[in-house]
Amino acid sequence: MNPRSLLTLLLALASVLALFSALLLGSTPMAPGRVLMALLGLADAADSTVVWQVRLPRALAAFVVGLALGSSGAALQGLLRNPLAEPGVLGVSASAALGATFVLYYGFVAPSAFLLPIAAVTGAVLATLLIAAAAIRTASVVTLILIGVGLSSFAGAAMSLLMNFAPTPFTLFDMINWMLGSVANRSLPDIAFSAPFIAGGLAVLYWGRRGLAALSLGEEAAAGIGLDVRRQRLLVVTGTGLATGGAVALAGTIGFVGIVAPHLVRSLVNHDPARSLVPSALLAGLMLVLADIGVRVMPTNTELKLGVVAALVGAPAFVWIAMRRRTVSNSEA
Amino acid sequence: MNTVERNMDLIVDKLCVRAGGNLLVDDASFRLGSGELVALLGPNGAGKTSLLRAALGLMKPASGNVRLQDELLSSLAPSERARRISYLPQKRPLVWPSPVRDIVSLGRYAWGCAPGRLTGEDLQAVDNALAACDLLDMAERPADTLSGGELARVHCARAFATGAPLLLVDEPVTSLDPRRRFQIMELIRNQVRAGAGACVVLHDVSLAARYADRLIWMKDGRIAADGPPEKTLSEARLAEIYDMRCRVEGLRVEMEAPL
Repeated sequence: MNPRSLLTLLLALASVLALFSALLLGSTPMAPGRVLMALLGLADAADSTVVWQVRLPRALAAFVVGLALGSSGAALQGLLRNPLAEPGVLGVSASAALGATFVLYYGFVAPSAFLLPIAAVTGAVLATLLIAAAAIRTASVVTLILIGVGLSSFAGAAMSLLMNFAPTPFTLFDMINWMLGSVANRSLPDIAFSAPFIAGGLAVLYWGRRGLAALSLGEEAAAGIGLDVRRQRLLVVTGTGLATGGAVALAGTIGFVGIVAPHLVRSLVNHDPARSLVPSALLAGLMLVLADIGVRVMPTNTELKLGVVAALVGAPAFVWIAMRRRTVSNSEA
Repeated sequence: MNTVERNMDLIVDKLCVRAGGNLLVDDASFRLGSGELVALLGPNGAGKTSLLRAALGLMKPASGNVRLQDELLSSLAPSERARRISYLPQKRPLVWPSPVRDIVSLGRYAWGCAPGRLTGEDLQAVDNALAACDLLDMAERPADTLSGGELARVHCARAFATGAPLLLVDEPVTSLDPRRRFQIMELIRNQVRAGAGACVVLHDVSLAARYADRLIWMKDGRIAADGPPEKTLSEARLAEIYDMRCRVEGLRVEMEAPL
């Protein structure tokens, strides 16, 4: 078995273990036997409820969001040839969050709980379409990043405006909750709604991963060795938009995991963005499941938000990566 | 069979390239055949890179066409074109410290390969390219530990690994010292002797005259002359193309002063 398959296998095993541990731990710890019985539907109603309606959805949501953000980060870093790229860079996360905030502001949540995820996905897809349109016209990746910066700033400003005019303290609280990012109180139907977007996005990214290796030569040489650069850009933008939109719909904005996971994986896969895709996704999923367990078992009065913990760990890592960044001689970027 | 026919002509016919209202290439026609090394010469902004990019189909020509043997280049999928023409662009940014072998492996991309997953013929092609460029002993070294001269050889090896019958190379020796310039030209000439056809953009007229079978002179988007060094290299030509006063003795060129 080659080292890369071994890495993927180990990460997959660790993820399964982490997910199972997430079912064991909580305010009332449960023994592995009880959890297994509950999973198989052989336990009493109380155990079943705790496992199927509280712990499993929450752990699965954290894992799925990690898969989406980790692979989006790895793919964007390959496309933009920048180790600091992540879903937030293209403004997709912010646009999705804006969609969610908009729904919260107008109190549309009451009629249907599904309007919130729909709005988040709509925001992400709109941002993706805008970027896709730009990707067809321009040859420059810097332009895409600048569009992302513009989108993020606009979405940030619009969210602040909505919060500024929040009709009730409850609405404000809801919006803040969304912006902080959390997987608390998620249900299996919540996951089911986001799943098609996330699965579609992951499939598109996986399908286009070979082109990411070609892009490590730069776009001009990548085109020279037979990559259709525009098509590749569209694939990554579409995949990222779908996956990130689905993730934000499920958990709000959770930053930096899309930067940190690929960074940790990269040196183990010869710095090849194509080969880093799957391990990055698994590692990011694993990290979020573990972080969420940490958030749950931490003895605090108010539960910490997953997004806050991710940022507290991720942002210093981001700065550290940025400061240590070296460039290969003869390079321009 | 992961190779293409060795004998292949690139025929560029009355090509015009426009960008933002400027005519970058104006009615350029030339032919590149197997077994010949052609140097493309001209001042900055003469349209050399645009001509190469349009000849590769990376830039859409405003008019004219490019053929590979009997096929229109525009009818080929990017990977089919890449298997026939290797392109080494002027800008070669590497952001990841990838191992040399992985970079060279990307030369097999058009054959459906990805680094780390090469077998049989593709592996052989990569090994041959590494050997041809004297890189076997540094195949596992990360790119960011290499010197400029070593990196130039890595890029050449990447271009050679494709096994394409034609090579278009944009300024491969700029910023290299004299010895490394000769080394790179030797590498390209070895490929040509093995049957490839190469078109190389150069700024070093002496080097071009020494290695090339034919010189194509460009100025202001037009091809001003196309022929063997003995016939096209002259003081008048250098004055016309570069606005330089030069002394030419046989194939020796001495630049004296700007005109």
